[in-house]
Amino acid sequence: MSNFNWYKYSSPATFYGLAGKMIPWFYGVAALLCVAGLYLGLFLAPTDFQQSDAYRIIFIHVPAAWMAMVIYVVMACWAALGLAFNTRLSFMMASALAPTGALMTFISLWTGALWGKPTWGAWWVWDARLTSELILFFLYLGFMALQAAIDDPRRADRAGALIALVGVVNVPIIYFSVRWWNTLHQGASVSVTKSPSMAAIMLAGMLVMALAAWMYAIAAALSRARSIILEREKNSQWVAQMVEGEA
Amino acid sequence: MKLRHKKLILVALAVIALGVVAALVLNAFRSNLVFFFSPTQVVKGEAPRDRSFRVGGLVEKGSLVREKDGVTAHFRVTDTLQTIAVDYTGLLPDLFKEGKGVVTEGRLNDRGVFVATQVLAKHDENYMPPEAASALEQAQKAQKTLVAPK
Repeated sequence: MSNFNWYKYSSPATFYGLAGKMIPWFYGVAALLCVAGLYLGLFLAPTDFQQSDAYRIIFIHVPAAWMAMVIYVVMACWAALGLAFNTRLSFMMASALAPTGALMTFISLWTGALWGKPTWGAWWVWDARLTSELILFFLYLGFMALQAAIDDPRRADRAGALIALVGVVNVPIIYFSVRWWNTLHQGASVSVTKSPSMAAIMLAGMLVMALAAWMYAIAAALSRARSIILEREKNSQWVAQMVEGEA
Repeated sequence: MKLRHKKLILVALAVIALGVVAALVLNAFRSNLVFFFSPTQVVKGEAPRDRSFRVGGLVEKGSLVREKDGVTAHFRVTDTLQTIAVDYTGLLPDLFKEGKGVVTEGRLNDRGVFVATQVLAKHDENYMPPEAASALEQAQKAQKTLVAPK
């Protein structure tokens, strides 16, 4: 194991080729899981005893909300690695993840609002869960805006990494908000500490959709990372060679 | 120790310090982050008197009375220890039911009745098909008749 050269894969040139081979697989698996998950959730799963069909939001809302938090943590880890090891690829991965994370956060806020109106009686309430999720959305936007505002990519990377690391404090707040405070948002149905409080087939549909979201997020982040690599390394030899080879 | 390991430890320490700061701040604002008060807190006088606030709990079974105009409703919110009487004029959400969770916003009037301006249904984290729910209810009833209340 000690002979394994990790630094080989932190070289943008190697990563570019490897990511290119992996992306179609991740997209393919994501599409398959999405179809299977939606079929489970919309056709096979029964209606809920309280919410009837409105509960079917969970097949989109919950995976998106989970992904929004997971992506932020992964982004912060890349940012920390980038700051500590000064690897360009780490920063590029952090930048590549942000738009997907923002998209997932937006989906969870938007579907939540659509569900909240008929179920709770309000599109939006300022309870701890909803507010902290909105802050997560602003953190993603702030990260992207700050990086876009600074011309020098190295400085942009460092400034963005700082936002990513400061903002990671918000993720446990989102997750535990329903336990720490009185919120309108209900507690977790699925957690590591207790058995899930939902019917098995509903749970299956939700987990399959969550896996699909993972696969999609990985594929989207990898392909965005490839674009960032090309843009930043456009003057390097390997890009010139690759373009020549294709021409 | 290599420079990059030092840096990594530094970043980790900074994040931990930030976490501690966040925890302290949130703890200090604890009472302001509460979305609703329980009826017990209201009876104890912990809820504000001069401005509107929210009361959360269960709609007491058998307490819902609808007026003839169709939009005014009276019910009691309970946390099983204390109850608060609520007056509300407006549409009740679909999930509003006796024995289910509710969060209502408004203020107390002179008679101690909570005059609500908004009623929100708070539902729980349990999802199951209707058949399973009724089976569960039957089982609970059976258990209650087996174990006599003390």
